[in-house]
Amino acid sequence: MNTVDIFLFGKKYTVPAELTIMKAMEYSGYQLVRGCGCRNGFCGACATIYRIKGNPELKTCLACQTKVEDGMYIATLPFFPLVKQVYDIEKIKPDQMIMMQLYPEIYSCIGCNACTKACPQSLNVMQYIAYAQRGEYDKCAEESFDCVMCGICSSRCPAGISHPQVAMLSRRLYGKYIAPACEHLKERVNEIKEGKFESLLEQVMNKPIEELKELYNNREIEK
Amino acid sequence: MYTDSKILESLKKVEQTRQERFNNKDNIKRMGADEKDAILKQYHPDYKEESFENLKIGVNKGEKVPHELADMLQAHSRVANLDLDLTKPDYDVDVLVIGGGGAGASAAIEANEAGAEVMVVTKLRMGDANSMMAEGGIQAADKPNDSPAIHYLDVMGGGHFANRPELVKKLVSEAPEAIAWLSNLGVEFDKDENGNMITTHGGGTSRKRMHACKDYSGAEIMRTLRDEVLNRGIKVVDFTAAIELIKDTEGKIAGAVLLNMETKDILIARAKCVVIATGGAGRMHYQGFPTSNHYGATADGLVLGYRAGAKLLYPETFRYHPNGAAFPEQILGALVTEKVRSLGAQLVNRDGVAYIHPLETRDVNASGIIRECSDRDEGVETGNGKAVWLDTPMIEMIGGEGTILKRIPAMYRMFAKYDIDIRKVPILVYPTLHYQNGGLEISTNGMTGIKNLFVAGEAVGGIHGRNRLMGNSLLDIIVFGRNAGKESAKAAKNTVLKDLTLSHVKDFENELAKANIKTDLVSPKLLPNYTKQKNI
Repeated sequence: MNTVDIFLFGKKYTVPAELTIMKAMEYSGYQLVRGCGCRNGFCGACATIYRIKGNPELKTCLACQTKVEDGMYIATLPFFPLVKQVYDIEKIKPDQMIMMQLYPEIYSCIGCNACTKACPQSLNVMQYIAYAQRGEYDKCAEESFDCVMCGICSSRCPAGISHPQVAMLSRRLYGKYIAPACEHLKERVNEIKEGKFESLLEQVMNKPIEELKELYNNREIEK
Repeated sequence: MYTDSKILESLKKVEQTRQERFNNKDNIKRMGADEKDAILKQYHPDYKEESFENLKIGVNKGEKVPHELADMLQAHSRVANLDLDLTKPDYDVDVLVIGGGGAGASAAIEANEAGAEVMVVTKLRMGDANSMMAEGGIQAADKPNDSPAIHYLDVMGGGHFANRPELVKKLVSEAPEAIAWLSNLGVEFDKDENGNMITTHGGGTSRKRMHACKDYSGAEIMRTLRDEVLNRGIKVVDFTAAIELIKDTEGKIAGAVLLNMETKDILIARAKCVVIATGGAGRMHYQGFPTSNHYGATADGLVLGYRAGAKLLYPETFRYHPNGAAFPEQILGALVTEKVRSLGAQLVNRDGVAYIHPLETRDVNASGIIRECSDRDEGVETGNGKAVWLDTPMIEMIGGEGTILKRIPAMYRMFAKYDIDIRKVPILVYPTLHYQNGGLEISTNGMTGIKNLFVAGEAVGGIHGRNRLMGNSLLDIIVFGRNAGKESAKAAKNTVLKDLTLSHVKDFENELAKANIKTDLVSPKLLPNYTKQKNI
């Protein structure tokens, strides 16, 4: 078994080389409560910072997605105090003003790009903040779409910006107000409210199971 | 990156046969009903009798469940030896929602909307849930060539006609409204420039009704719901598990005993109604399978409900998702969205043969993989067991260059980390424990047989029968989550609680003793223990 030496909060453990940081912590005996969620790179629970011995560069990652390396000094960041402003999605408008009101600190961005360098999803974080500053919520939504809200970007930001929450607001504004409305959906919801499908559905429901199976096995499948 | 010589040898065959498979892609035969039955009976893990046992106590006495679940259902209560004062509750609310996933969040939002005082408790963080990880999409019959009745037939057929018809009716009838509700909250569905939903097939669908938010569908829905819960000022108590339900002296549900996961403090929540939205059970690792589930999926709600006298329906049926990552080891069991197959990737064996139609239902396709890797000996040895190929480059041949980055960026990202470019090379998959088809039985109002005990989401049994179709789980957490929220708020208005009691827990302990069950285990499990283990 190939092993590497890692340092969990400074303490040395020897672990199999192919493990992720998360599994290496468990292998070392940690029963995780904090810092562990979906274990698949979607939830952002396991934000982690590390340095490799001998290299001054501070690195960031998700512990469930990153393999251990020899000489890795690891500290987890299971919680980061992001600022989440509350708002009524029905009452706000997708204009530039709303960002100025709720997250004015985004205009203090000094352009250091530390957020982008730190993003474990390789997002162009500084760019999406720039879009948000200009009220270009469609672009901000697209650029930030893969955000898992781990908060690493904010931990590195000298301006105190809560990037994931800015992106969250932009996406909701885009999804609700800017993306083209879906007419066939609206129509179908109305048809159902008017009871248009009720009798057809009842008919299918009331069929004996053998007939239902017959219907299922011979149903037309859209190409 | 693939370096093993056997893997590379097989990979070469897959590449050699790709063009021909592409030319013949519309001619792959679908299985007939008898053929499907036969393959399920022979290869699906649900049919492996030795992995199950009959329950000795409780409302489902005599019915079979997996050994691992039986152990938890017939374990001691975590409060059995505690002396608790139920007269001074730490929390007192109308509706207590247990679980912070999509169903819990939807329930909380609707109960709040109906004017109830709501509290959400979750043993991890709000949003740490299988909902967050659902990649593929959400079904709704909202296109002109589709209807709720067609959707109904697909759901029933996929569930082997064991579904509760009235629950399915609700699921399919309220599906378009669920999509509209989410859109209105700001969820970004994939649309064309005119606003038409971009929809695809899933295994077992007869119409293209799979709506998606790239391959972050669940994440996009979950983070939006979470944001809305916070905007509404709903009380969320995180890192706090429910470890037992509390009843009143009339036998109604009346709250829950809570455990702070960090300090181990015990707290009492009094509530006029309780919604169990605790999700699934992949972390129980039934039959030793790896799982795609989140860390907290340990069947807690089933245990709480069962001890309180609520009935389980189909607790012996599980979804083994055919597309669990089988290589590299770091992502063993992680989910490769079914959308990969919807977009055209074929399942291909060691010799480069597309041995099955990629859009058979999930249970059939999982069984097909197990067959290739066992009796047929056509699996690829990965170093962690056998697997088959999922031929992702075919997606770009069908949909054009760029399709993968546009439609399944999370999948691209997941494998790119290990130097596997899924646009150019296929990936190795083997079934992974993905979904608990069964759960607590409910009526259409979301209530169990225990007054004021509601259930929503994966903890419910009956909606999907014995096999759920892709895209109906994100749908059910919304439809039945909202439903439970509305109905529990309504029920709370007419409820007067009597004195609180845990007598049902004492009764259950007595039953354990009477049945001569000797165990040191306590339940619910709350979290798996992976300490000192290498392969999880």
